[in-house]
Amino acid sequence: MVAAETVMEEQVVYARPESLRDVPTHYCPGCTHGIAHRLVAEVLDELGVRERTIGVSPVGCAVFAYKYFNTDGCEAAHGRAPAMATGLKRVNPGAVVFTYQGDGDLAAIGTAEIIHAAARGENITTIFINNAIYGMTGGQMAPTTLPGQYTKSSPSGRDVEVAGFPMRMAELVGSLPGAAYVSRRALHNVKEINKAKKAIRTAFKVQLAGLGFAMVELLSACPTNWGLSAPEAMQWIEDVMVPYYPLGDTKVADGVDALMKER
Amino acid sequence: MAVELLKGNVALAEAAIRAGVEAYFGYPITPQTELLEHMAQRMPELGRAFIQAESELASINMVYGAACAGARAMTSSSSPGISLMQEGFSYIAGSEVPAVVVDVMRGGPGLGNIQPSQSDYFQVTRSAGHGDFHAIVLAPASVQEAIDLMVLAFDLADKYRHLVFVVADGLLGQMMEPAELPPMRPLRAERPDWALTGAQGREPRIITSLELDAPALEEVNKRLQAKLRVIEEHEQRYAEQMVEDARLVVVGYGTAGRIAQTAVKQARREGMRVGLFRPISLWPFPERRLSRLADRVDAFLVVEMNAGQMLDDVRLAAGGQVPVDFYGRTGGMVPVPEEIYQAIETLYAKLPGSLS
Repeated sequence: MVAAETVMEEQVVYARPESLRDVPTHYCPGCTHGIAHRLVAEVLDELGVRERTIGVSPVGCAVFAYKYFNTDGCEAAHGRAPAMATGLKRVNPGAVVFTYQGDGDLAAIGTAEIIHAAARGENITTIFINNAIYGMTGGQMAPTTLPGQYTKSSPSGRDVEVAGFPMRMAELVGSLPGAAYVSRRALHNVKEINKAKKAIRTAFKVQLAGLGFAMVELLSACPTNWGLSAPEAMQWIEDVMVPYYPLGDTKVADGVDALMKER
Repeated sequence: MAVELLKGNVALAEAAIRAGVEAYFGYPITPQTELLEHMAQRMPELGRAFIQAESELASINMVYGAACAGARAMTSSSSPGISLMQEGFSYIAGSEVPAVVVDVMRGGPGLGNIQPSQSDYFQVTRSAGHGDFHAIVLAPASVQEAIDLMVLAFDLADKYRHLVFVVADGLLGQMMEPAELPPMRPLRAERPDWALTGAQGREPRIITSLELDAPALEEVNKRLQAKLRVIEEHEQRYAEQMVEDARLVVVGYGTAGRIAQTAVKQARREGMRVGLFRPISLWPFPERRLSRLADRVDAFLVVEMNAGQMLDDVRLAAGGQVPVDFYGRTGGMVPVPEEIYQAIETLYAKLPGSLS
């Protein structure tokens, strides 16, 4: 009798976070932007900050992120999200301000803005989607495209003699004294997704605690422009991206480790 | 408030502070750097935001962010830095947020030099960024007017949710004159009802210049153009002297207009019926008044510290009714009154019925 009543009780095990709007996204099948959006939204819900959050969208595939997050939002020029977020945060220190940027946006055209936002210890959070390619423009070489990787603008594979080497942004940004917390995580399996969420949570808690700049780089899949099926793309992250882009924290400043231990 | 001896750049900065600027973002560039330096001292003292940014590009995008939050925000620069900011100008205009920019112009093109110039007229009135828009452009001719227009700039930016330039040149930025600052205004207590503040107890707000749907983007453009027509209707500003009986009217703005004034007075002393028309708003250009003058004068002489940029606007206002002549210096050369006087004398002698 008791057992039967327990079975009848409704238990919600999966629902849309309040910080995500109930709208379809424009992302391709197998793209991990949806996972990244959800993780950010779950963290905003759990920290109870949705109503004081302002998101800054990039130019790139996530250009419409402001239509998906159920928060105040704006659209930056290509690469300038950290500068725009700086302006928003400095006149609104009580707000939770985050940028959501791809690899072309953050590591090519916006390199100066991200480096200097981190160097200033700007109290914002950056979610950096590294999928090793320009998605929105249809698959050109990114600053994070791997050596030998075929793209539409490296049709014979990225030749490092000509196009140089991919940039490890988590290490670069993590080396700056103003950066409080920098981590690289991946979105290709459940275990890594859970770790990614923890890192995103820490990155927002760093902002709430006023400890400085925080960034989480997320190794992400672009099956459409990689020319792979969705399962193959997940495997490619594991086999090809992770060896070049090691997972883990590249910067944990004083005071951040205590935040990471909190539940 | 008392009259005090103030340097142009410092006066611009302090006037902005008194007008209630909450955030200043800038990058050092001669000849406007004293403005940034004054802000570096005063803004933190007042608990307001100041950042020396990594570039002019970052400065204007920080202004864009602060403006989206509903704060009175500004930057300042000089010609090459203004070129770099064009991306941000376009986004600010496209998303209709208020912002104020000071341009203390110098000689160009390229790195040019650091001498006074008016080489940015085209840039600020015509081509401040991609897409269809004009910014409001105010051009003072004295330190006092710089102060007054700085305060007006913030009010116009807020009123129209639009980008406003105050354009001076290196001479005005660097010189000292007696002037009176306005009293300190209290900062706005509340953010405007369109600002991004966090969606506390309300629907989220979005500020963007992106609209992929062509019919919808055309509607955005129509709305923006309608606003610009209202600005054209209400915000044409100018000063004029001795134009009532003038046969020849000299047209110059800012420093050039001020130097021309000396030449015009000299011409009057020599018995020539010459007047001065000094546009204060470069956009909207005061074409209504100028075209009325075109009905009854015999010629215009445009004087600029460039190769002839406002000249186009004067020709449009004159509508082919009377000849429009030009005298200009470039490369950071500042004309002396005597040069302009000679240009006046030469042109006056060619007017119909003159003895020459």
